[in-house]
Amino acid sequence: MKLLFKADTWEEIFSSINKNRVRTVLTVIGVLWGIFVYIAMSGAAKGLDNGFERQFESVAMNSLFAWSQSTSKPYKGFRTGRRIQLKLSDIDVLKKRIPEIQYIAPRNATGVFGGAPALTVRGQKSGSYNIYGDFPVYTKIATKKIYDEGRFINQSDIDYNRRVCIIGERTKRELFDDEEEAVGSFIKINDIYFRVVGVHKYVPGGGFESDSDIFVPFTTFNRLYNKGDEVDFMSIAAFDDADIIQVEKDVKAVLKSIHQVDPTDERAFGSFNLGEVFGQIKGFANGLTFLSLVIGVATILAGVIGIGNILLISVKERTKELGVRRALGATPAEVRNLILVESVFLTVISGVMGIILGAATLSLVNNLTSGSDFPYTNPTVPIPYVIGALALMVILGTLIGLIPAQRAVSIRPIEALREE
Amino acid sequence: MIEIKELHKSYKMGSNSLHVLKGINFSVKKGELVAIMGSSGSGKSTLLNILGMLDEADEGTYILDGVPIEDLNETKAAEYRNKFLGFIFQSFNLINYKSAKDNVALPLFYQGMPRKERNTMALDYLERVGLKPWAEHLPSELSGGQKQRVAIARAMASQPKVLLADEPTGALDSKTSYEVMDLIQKINDEGNTILVVTHEKDIAHMCKRIVYLKDGVIVEDKKVNQVRASSYVQ
Repeated sequence: MKLLFKADTWEEIFSSINKNRVRTVLTVIGVLWGIFVYIAMSGAAKGLDNGFERQFESVAMNSLFAWSQSTSKPYKGFRTGRRIQLKLSDIDVLKKRIPEIQYIAPRNATGVFGGAPALTVRGQKSGSYNIYGDFPVYTKIATKKIYDEGRFINQSDIDYNRRVCIIGERTKRELFDDEEEAVGSFIKINDIYFRVVGVHKYVPGGGFESDSDIFVPFTTFNRLYNKGDEVDFMSIAAFDDADIIQVEKDVKAVLKSIHQVDPTDERAFGSFNLGEVFGQIKGFANGLTFLSLVIGVATILAGVIGIGNILLISVKERTKELGVRRALGATPAEVRNLILVESVFLTVISGVMGIILGAATLSLVNNLTSGSDFPYTNPTVPIPYVIGALALMVILGTLIGLIPAQRAVSIRPIEALREE
Repeated sequence: MIEIKELHKSYKMGSNSLHVLKGINFSVKKGELVAIMGSSGSGKSTLLNILGMLDEADEGTYILDGVPIEDLNETKAAEYRNKFLGFIFQSFNLINYKSAKDNVALPLFYQGMPRKERNTMALDYLERVGLKPWAEHLPSELSGGQKQRVAIARAMASQPKVLLADEPTGALDSKTSYEVMDLIQKINDEGNTILVVTHEKDIAHMCKRIVYLKDGVIVEDKKVNQVRASSYVQ
């Protein structure tokens, strides 16, 4: 250990490295490349992971959508192909029967799954937009960013069937002038006046919604379209620790029992499991991290073997010099340690440079992609991983250095000095 | 200084064994300048290697300055070489990427001498061989004679008991050979013990004693009148 803190040791190593600069640099690049690949890839994997998370930050991760379709099996005297309609009363039953459900938001919509978009008019301007009937609880599942001065639907809107609406930022752009204040003004949806109470900011990744959607109170929507207590579809968020796939099965089972559908009928209810998709994306990112670990370690290994190889050649070339040193009083241990320290030094230097280069590349890519839609945010490699990689390199460098070091020691001075 | 009794050495060459040294008895006193002569294959290099602890004898005793040299492991041998011996080689064997000064300082480095001290000492020895202005030059920038003088300074630097020179003039023209011998003689004048292996008669006669080896035995061991190399150097 004392060896490492002596200026002489380093002088010896540097002069030996200097002797074959090009070769040393090329060798160093081998290891540098390995650690670079490892850092860049695992950082990129983390960046993708973070990016997806950011894209879906507005939606509860553990959530799913469910809607009704037509039966595909006869049951209890009902014929095949019966159209099932979800009801508001289903919500309470679901909540009661499935304790894993945290929030459940029934929704109605026109213009999305059938039904025409509503003609919306304000003064001389008009457009056709999708209309959603929503409960306030919906924001617990998918956060809606509302611009200042505005709000989302609240409970009294529901209780009093108020004709209020929240419009999208594109809707505002299309129906209002630039400087005009939207909140407080009135727009006409399907010939009925609604007061604008908020403008929502579009957040990408929220599913099928867009920046032009108009949200109205669920009860108002159902009156407008004469839907009674019908529900088109529901957003369901489970508690974080719940198994979302099981919840999906439970929801369907409960709905089948309410609506008297054959429990084996797979077609009666449709669903989209966001949680499952998130799980797959997470799995993909994890797989990428693992892959980068494997590739990185393999490349580092190849690079370190390269260093061992070069040192072996270097020892061969220096046979005579090492013999002279031995004749002048270098002990075998001194010769061995010199080669070992050189090996470890080369490995660590290239490792550190690879880490710096990898980090620089990650931050460059991060800067280039920030602000774009590409799901890539804050690519980082955890410090323990970096330290682990460095430790691995020190160990590998020592092990591989033992081969040329042993070769160097095995040179007998008399043979090294023999005149040719 | 050196006491050798009944020294035997043989090399295994496949199934045959080559008996190189067949019982050498030989002693050197302090301050002697001895030439070891012999044709190639006479065993003179083997003898020098054993004296230099680069090789071990099969039989016999070797006492250097009162210390019996036996059962050496590599580490012990390295330590003894460093402490007792200075080597001068035919092909100089300077380390080509180190300056003259660093080459001279190398044995001191292996003695564990602090950098400042050994650099001062190295310069000191370079001055004694007349090469102080070349201290920072690499061996490739020096002439053959200069290289050998650096090598001599290096051999001297650790203040060894005995200097062992293996054909020190073998790679030099006669003029530089005499310059190098002149230097060796001067070092000997200061009381240093020196053994020179050579096959050149004129070089041998610049020593004080000549030992002839033939087929692994000493055939002649005589004192000679030293020819001063300085008489050739003008």
